[in-house]
Amino acid sequence: MKKILIFGGLLLSTVLTYAQATISPAKPQSKPIIITGATLHIGNGQVINNGYIAFDKGKITAIGEGTAPNTSGAEIINAAGKQVYPGFICPVTTLGLVEIEEGAKGTVDEEETGDLNPNVRSIVAYNTDSKVIPTVRSNGILLAQPTPNGGLLTGQSSVVQLDAWNWEDAAYKTDIAIHLNWPVVRAGRRRGPVVAIPGAESPDEARLKAMDAVNNLFTQAKAYAETKPEVINLRFEAMKGLFNGTKKLFVNVDGAKEIIEAVTFANKLGIQAVIVGGKESYLVTNLLKQNNVPVIIKETQTLPARDEDDVYLPYKLPKILQDAGVLYGLTGIGFWRQRNLPFEAGQAVGYGLTKEQALSMITINNAKILGIDKTTGTLETGKDANLFISEGDALDMITLNIDAAFIQGRNINLDNLHKQLYKRFSDKYGMKTD
Amino acid sequence: MKKLLLYGFAALLCNFARAQQTFPVNGVQDIRPGLYAFTNATIVVSAQQTIPNGTLLVKDRMIESVGPAATIPKGYVVVDLKGKYIYPGLIDAYTTYGLPDAPRQAFAGFTRTVTPVSTKPGAYGWNEAIRPEMNVKSIFHVDATKAEVMKKNGFGAVQSLIHDGIARGTSVVASLGDERDNLVMLNEEAAAHYSFTKGTAATNYPSSLMGSIALIRQTYLDGQWYGSQKEEYNISLAEFNRTQSLPQIFEATDPLSVLRADKVAKEFGKKYIFKTDGDEYRRIDAMKATGSSFIIPLTFPDAFDVEDPLQARKVTYEQLKDWELAPNNPATMEKAGIRFAITSYGLANARDFWTNLRIAIDHGLSEAQALKSLTEIPAEMLGVSDKIGTLAKGKMANFIITSDGLFKKENVIYENWVEGRQYVVSRVSPINLAGSYKLSGDGLAGITLRVSGNPGSYELAVQRSGADSARARGTFTRTGDMVSLYFDLKANPAGNIRLSGYISNTAPVTLSGGAILPDGTSTNWSAVYSGPVPVTNRPEAPKANLTAGPVVYPFAAFGNTELPTAETVLFKNATVWTNEKDGILKNADVLIENGKIKAVGKNLAAGNAKVIDATGKHITAGIVDEHSHIAATGGINEGTQAVTSEVRVGDVLDSEDINLYRQLAGGVTTSHILHGSANPVGGQTMLIKHRWGVLPEQMKFEGADGFIKFALGENVKQSNFNVQAGPNTRFPQSRMGVEQVYVDAFTRAKEYKAARAVKGNHVRRDLELEALVEILDNKRFITCHSYVQSEINMLIHVADSMGFHVNTFTHILEGYKVADKMKAHNIAGSTFSDWWAYKSEVSEAIPYNGKIMNEMGVVTAFNSDDEEMARRLNQEAGKAVTYGHMSEEDALKLVTLNPAKMLHVDNKVGSIKPGKDADLVVWSTDPLSIYAVAEKTYVDGIAYWDYEKDAAKQKALKADEGRIIQKMLEAKNKGAVTQRPTGGGGRRPGYTCDDIEEGSYVVADSYNGMLNKK
Repeated sequence: MKKILIFGGLLLSTVLTYAQATISPAKPQSKPIIITGATLHIGNGQVINNGYIAFDKGKITAIGEGTAPNTSGAEIINAAGKQVYPGFICPVTTLGLVEIEEGAKGTVDEEETGDLNPNVRSIVAYNTDSKVIPTVRSNGILLAQPTPNGGLLTGQSSVVQLDAWNWEDAAYKTDIAIHLNWPVVRAGRRRGPVVAIPGAESPDEARLKAMDAVNNLFTQAKAYAETKPEVINLRFEAMKGLFNGTKKLFVNVDGAKEIIEAVTFANKLGIQAVIVGGKESYLVTNLLKQNNVPVIIKETQTLPARDEDDVYLPYKLPKILQDAGVLYGLTGIGFWRQRNLPFEAGQAVGYGLTKEQALSMITINNAKILGIDKTTGTLETGKDANLFISEGDALDMITLNIDAAFIQGRNINLDNLHKQLYKRFSDKYGMKTD
Repeated sequence: MKKLLLYGFAALLCNFARAQQTFPVNGVQDIRPGLYAFTNATIVVSAQQTIPNGTLLVKDRMIESVGPAATIPKGYVVVDLKGKYIYPGLIDAYTTYGLPDAPRQAFAGFTRTVTPVSTKPGAYGWNEAIRPEMNVKSIFHVDATKAEVMKKNGFGAVQSLIHDGIARGTSVVASLGDERDNLVMLNEEAAAHYSFTKGTAATNYPSSLMGSIALIRQTYLDGQWYGSQKEEYNISLAEFNRTQSLPQIFEATDPLSVLRADKVAKEFGKKYIFKTDGDEYRRIDAMKATGSSFIIPLTFPDAFDVEDPLQARKVTYEQLKDWELAPNNPATMEKAGIRFAITSYGLANARDFWTNLRIAIDHGLSEAQALKSLTEIPAEMLGVSDKIGTLAKGKMANFIITSDGLFKKENVIYENWVEGRQYVVSRVSPINLAGSYKLSGDGLAGITLRVSGNPGSYELAVQRSGADSARARGTFTRTGDMVSLYFDLKANPAGNIRLSGYISNTAPVTLSGGAILPDGTSTNWSAVYSGPVPVTNRPEAPKANLTAGPVVYPFAAFGNTELPTAETVLFKNATVWTNEKDGILKNADVLIENGKIKAVGKNLAAGNAKVIDATGKHITAGIVDEHSHIAATGGINEGTQAVTSEVRVGDVLDSEDINLYRQLAGGVTTSHILHGSANPVGGQTMLIKHRWGVLPEQMKFEGADGFIKFALGENVKQSNFNVQAGPNTRFPQSRMGVEQVYVDAFTRAKEYKAARAVKGNHVRRDLELEALVEILDNKRFITCHSYVQSEINMLIHVADSMGFHVNTFTHILEGYKVADKMKAHNIAGSTFSDWWAYKSEVSEAIPYNGKIMNEMGVVTAFNSDDEEMARRLNQEAGKAVTYGHMSEEDALKLVTLNPAKMLHVDNKVGSIKPGKDADLVVWSTDPLSIYAVAEKTYVDGIAYWDYEKDAAKQKALKADEGRIIQKMLEAKNKGAVTQRPTGGGGRRPGYTCDDIEEGSYVVADSYNGMLNKK
């Protein structure tokens, strides 16, 4: 631990000169590291008090209770009284795709024009130099799934790790999913019935047309995938993976009725679907469970969809899905907001979920849904050493305080723009930062 | 031939038209005396007086006499109305009859056309929505087709008004006669009309409800000023002043809208008559308290299709309740003793008028009240009670002849006389043909005809006795004295037997004529009355289920059937975050009584207080949100001008917003409702308490200082708007211009103040400048939306140079860069805990901002500007611990005591101290923790939120929804018209700072949707 502290201290002293540019990706793990004396939150519900965890060459090599065996040659980090967690995973995000949301279009790469873009790939637009990323990972988020938005089929997403020189380095698992915004009837924003604009398409018609377009595309793509085509179609090429099981279909949908439609649609085509959003998923848990369709909840910290709903319904949704046996994860949404992911998860604890279940929601559950649970999502031997040490409970804002974080064993830099500005102005006013 | 016939018909009409002295006559003069005597009728003179067996004499257009049976002088056409009724002609108090359809507001796309002031040629006022110069009398034209539709319903006269604009000009009362326009006017200037919706006015201002209200207020003042000045001629103001003596009718949609208008009326010593959408039942006591009269519609919502439970989720509780309770509205008005007229306005179909009126009567409206509301009351309201409304000598001969009591289900309106002119609705039949008849004729022997039903809709049953007995239903039609009927006995002979004939004798009634049998042979027939149709014991149609659930306050999900009251409570053994010198007390008690905190300490005596064991719980002062946009309606920005200090959020509070309740569930007890940030000087703000269920006025924080919203940055310079550059582009478009707006506004305000000091009311009162003067006088306080340091410094400089003080910088995400200056100028900072990166001006916003400002000695708060985040501001405060490790005690103050200080109410709320308001939250654990649940929230000692009781409330809500849905299904099964749930329903749009009503600055457009509203 000492060494790390020294390293951190050095870094802080240089930030004023170099600012963001000094936050370099870490060097590969050069020797074994063992964290000792910590409370280990495995991610699968299990907790080891006074535990140790060892990792070498980026992989977890040992984990257990009490004194760590075989410490010779290893760097020892004494984390007595501290908490160790698997790195949080943030699915369905625009992190790295958006720098400034509004008024700076040049920094926004989350959306392509047109309705049907299954071929576009978020990975190539992922900006490892974003100033937002360090603010997010300093709260324990170590992996993310930058995801395109816009239109019906928005494009393909990949999973990245958040400490890299470029997107090639960042890529953790590429092109894992295609994202579909399920067509819904858009309700008017104003009160009272929608006044039809003469000659304009009704919301119902618009939805039916969108459904037709989606159906048409998918049925043709399925047929295309069965043979060697004479003419290459990039859209259909991109969709092949949906039919051979290498890609999942993430469907953005909230309403119960529309979830039923989406699950039925995916079943008919033999596609593995993931529901993203799922505000009303609690009404169709049987369907989701029977069809093994997981849900990625967008936010717990949101308002109920209807005035009549339980005022705490979004807080309670994870617990309802947990009890129903549906696999569920959580995204948080957005890009800068992702640093609140641990709190979005912790929010459910006051309303029935256990702390370890809340942790699973943003670690192993998300990993399973993204298909990366073989290599990450829990603290288990053989998996990547994606983990961090917090002074206290990492799901609670009053105790979250991260000392060190490792991605594939690399000890990453936890500095960020905000800490730098904090330091800069505290210095101006002669205040202490701690 | 056809054309000739038409021509002939038109000529006939012309001949009947009345002579008009100043008009030349074509052809032979045809003046008829028009003397009629209606005898033997039950004459309902008014709701109070009925003359049995009376006589009504009509001379030309007027009633000559009404009274008991009397000898009829010679020269009268005598109409025997034995068994029939005469009622005064009905008056529809609210129509657009005789006027061209109001043009619709064109959809202008998402790029706004900029029209800062009126471009209408002529010496009119600056704002096109103020058009008191409009008058119906100059554009009215008789519309025979539309008149006929109304006459069929029994109406003889209407008020006709221009349904467009905020000040809409004057209306007329016209009879529905098919005469020259000159002759139908009963009152050529009946009333002056107003609304909150600007309609087709092209002027951008107002774009919000609060803007509309401000414009009305300023127009009253301008009118007063105009009367005493000689500088200019202004048609609009001149007409505005002139028409003040008329009845003032205000179209307001819902009860809260009525209260808003009523408040303005009372400020200027006015009293409006309100035309509404018929939702008074939701706040009936408040409606009564206005002392106003009302014009209410009969627009009852259709049931929804609720068979599919998932689809039914799109129907809101408000919609369900409204469906059930709206038909009670007229009866509720009557019971409350409110004077009201009934209008057919807004009904999708004219036929619905009688259906819905009878529904209202089924729901408890008395027939006498119904009649008054359709005759006397509108006549009085509109200044025509000397001409119509009751039957009396000298009044217009406007009356209707009916078969029965007017409101009886089986009643038929036979004739509607308008100004002494007959209009036949349904032919009067002197003889009712209902009865049993013995049929005779070749091949027709042994057949009995049973004619039942009412004139106009007879039903025929046919029965043949004997060996080949048969029964059949047939068709019986009567036209004048002629009848035709047919029936098929299925055998012997098979096929339709067709008979036509006439009434050949009346005592006994005998019908005779010729018949054609199915084989084509003819025969003669006659049928002689043999007695009444035997009464069959038909099971009566089951009565509609009229029991309705209670009204809830507010009229929304989780509304209260009864408002909770203040309790005397002792909370025992809690961790108490006092926010006072005592700090955080462990194992302490809090006693509240009469809405105040009585005592804080250990081992307090309970006395007669209810004791709540709060072991393991934490108690804090209620959360105060410095920056919120909930509980306001009709748009949160009046961004059409750079300076709109005249608009007031307090005018548009919405007590029915679910967010009030949801935020109580997050421990929020006080919210500062701000104007948006679309312009440098926005509107006046309003501090409210979350008193769930009370009226908007009662939510206001008593005695709190007035604040006003200012704004800097990207929003006020319209950086992210779709603004087309042009000569009228709203200034400013850069931070350079923003400074000039402030300097200019305060320069004008100072000049105004100086001028008023010298010349008093000779200087036009300007509400915009008055609000700025209040700032200069330290009577109104600024909270300024701000982000980057340059503009913050700018405003501090402007304030210094112009002599005013900035109270608070709100949002202020770069506060950490100017904290020293804020401290030096004693300016508070209310910020977000951790927001950034959502636009360019927040790219250096940091979550350590609060910590730095606080440590520099700036009064620092965390605000929401977000209806979701507002309900977990405790957690946002917790983030000051995450970022910068602020002490927990200080962190909690960021959302309690500190915002109370910056809002000048820390003497009442913000800490737990004896004497302060009992605004408290009981938390399950450390309130800054993500795991904290607000278990109870008290405002003024009233438990508006209780997690346990909420569970019961949810149950009750589901049960009430279920009950109404069952009733809807029943109604649908009985053939009621239904509508598809469209979603959205009663949902209000939520607002944040940046929200502008899209679509060419149209005020929340109930105007265009009005007809379809229910």
